[in-house]
Amino acid sequence: MTTTEVRDAIPGQGLAAGRPLLEVRDLTVTFRSRGRRSVRAVDGVSLDVAEGATVGIVGESGSGKSVTSLASLGLLNRRGVDISGSVRFDGDDLLNMPEDELRAVRGREIAMVFQDPMSSLNPVLTIGRQITEILERHKGLKGQEARDRAAELLLSVGIGDAVRRLRSFPHQLSGGMRQRVMIAMALACEPRLLIADEPTTALDVTISAQILELLRSLVVNSRTALVLITHDLGVVAGICDQVHVMYSGRIVESAPRRPLFADPRHPYTTGLLNSVPRLDQPRGIPLLPIPGSPSDTLPWTRGCAFAPRCTRQVPECLDGPPALLPDVDGVESHLIRCVNPVPDEEQPA
Amino acid sequence: MSLLEVRGLKVHFPIKKGIVLERTVGHVRAVDGVDLSVEKGRTLGVVGESGCGKSTLGRAILQLEPITEGSVVFDGTDLSGLGNKDLRAMRKRMQMVFQDPLASLDPRQSVSSVLSEPLRTHGIKGPYDARVRELLDLVGLPATAANRYPHEFSGGQRQRVGIARAIALNPELIIADEPVSALDVSIQAQVVNLLEELQERLGLTYVVIAHDLAVVRHISDDIAVMYLGAVVEVSPSEGLYDEPLHPYTRSLLSAIPIPDPEVEDTRERILLRGDIPSAAAPPPGCRFHTRCPWRQPTRCHDEVPLLRVPEGGDPGHTVACHWAEQVASGELQPMSAADSLATEPALPPAG
Repeated sequence: MTTTEVRDAIPGQGLAAGRPLLEVRDLTVTFRSRGRRSVRAVDGVSLDVAEGATVGIVGESGSGKSVTSLASLGLLNRRGVDISGSVRFDGDDLLNMPEDELRAVRGREIAMVFQDPMSSLNPVLTIGRQITEILERHKGLKGQEARDRAAELLLSVGIGDAVRRLRSFPHQLSGGMRQRVMIAMALACEPRLLIADEPTTALDVTISAQILELLRSLVVNSRTALVLITHDLGVVAGICDQVHVMYSGRIVESAPRRPLFADPRHPYTTGLLNSVPRLDQPRGIPLLPIPGSPSDTLPWTRGCAFAPRCTRQVPECLDGPPALLPDVDGVESHLIRCVNPVPDEEQPA
Repeated sequence: MSLLEVRGLKVHFPIKKGIVLERTVGHVRAVDGVDLSVEKGRTLGVVGESGCGKSTLGRAILQLEPITEGSVVFDGTDLSGLGNKDLRAMRKRMQMVFQDPLASLDPRQSVSSVLSEPLRTHGIKGPYDARVRELLDLVGLPATAANRYPHEFSGGQRQRVGIARAIALNPELIIADEPVSALDVSIQAQVVNLLEELQERLGLTYVVIAHDLAVVRHISDDIAVMYLGAVVEVSPSEGLYDEPLHPYTRSLLSAIPIPDPEVEDTRERILLRGDIPSAAAPPPGCRFHTRCPWRQPTRCHDEVPLLRVPEGGDPGHTVACHWAEQVASGELQPMSAADSLATEPALPPAG
């Protein structure tokens, strides 16, 4: 554990009255491998997800965004992995929960949708069998009752001809259809929290728009909280109330989506926004890439991990880890971890 | 004269059945009648979703796929009429950049060997050290990179090696198939900028094939939108976002998320129903009619639309839609998602 003089503020804290649905504190995940330097994939992440909230976690490969969610749900193979910190779901400690209790929470209370539906579905079972299995296990439904409910679920995610589709195998469906099935399965038990890890990355643009629209309407129409993990800032811009930007295992900026996109203050966030061409802006605006690559990082113990790639680097960046501090521009829920943030006038329009 | 001219290009792959007596039971019409031309020094972007035939088109231009029908004319020479020897000489002038540099670079070959291989293959006498250094410098890698192996580089640096290999023979035309989609967001811009810089310095002509319309628009002068093996719209990049003519282009543009909540909350989404049909049995008439929100009861399902300049339109902007004028003027309105999903239950409306 690193010792920080100033405690990090908690992203998402205080956004809802009462206890948060998911409470992650100082989550640290280290992968050990024999003969090699161990890798700290998640390095002290804390965040709150309120009941019914939609939260985005944005980061590039290696930022720890997926590992954060996998570790929270106890889905990482314990061998060779050190997990510390705490993860509480509705007050219950998920990290120290016995496996059978955890299994009951996962699926019933918390569901997950992954990037690649083909590798998450069982290729030798029909779609119907895979959905009814969940209903039998968690809801105690049987036979025709379970099949009817499964067909209803398929209809709710926009799959027509549901009764026939229940007899299909995963390979008989298109990518978009498979992802709809995954979402239907995730929603089978009306979970209170849905974690979607890059749910549209493997899909084509027009199909991806359908899936995002589906997620958006499900979130609006139910009390399900959504944690959307993605590398695409565009995807979170349309859905999430609160967005956390991760770099090298830590949250570097967190804000409600409007301030985040209108007044990004961390140089990494502005760097990401300036390096993607935007369709709605005139062509010919030069792209300003972030120099270096994600592998050029500093361990957080020595200073800001982003410093080697940062255009705003100052000597203080290397004076130990910067803390995540709230109240940027007077917005309490806007937090940044930076000693030399982007000033107001350099914000992109 | 155009440097590259593609006329009526068709690439059909046979579907075989049977083990001993193999017979052809149908064809996948990967590319089914494409006309394109690219002027020297310019960039043509080809966009479309997976399975639309954009990669096959790129490979067919370089004669890496057998052409079923039509022709590819490079600098006045029809490539399909060339024998192996002449084609080899022509290939010096046309090179390719692939999507995944880790898969397209030999892990056991050092960078200097990767970069000198095309020189050796085309009979250029060594030593190659000076040229390798020059190439590394052009793509922004240090000279010390020459003795390293692909796995020692990051994704962005590996793609730089792939680009250096493509320009080793001083080609005139480069076909880049998804050059940045395997890279991290913060790295994509570096590679896009490098491609632009090289075009300016070396006078290259590009065909950039990608699914990311924002990136393609940034780098291209003109854009061809493909759907199910055919080009449905060709437009100068400048006007495409403001004035898309084809219904498919419209829905494609509206589906791309924009990193700005203000825009995202107010823009109108044209959601398409269902998935792209099979290229083995493309719908008759307009290929897009099965998913088109502007579909009309006449013509769409039985008459194939050809690329044309709509009435009163800009001659550089062509579209393959019978109703382009009426769609543009607003005379025809898209069916709401609920109507167009008549055979499937409607998606819940936007929240």
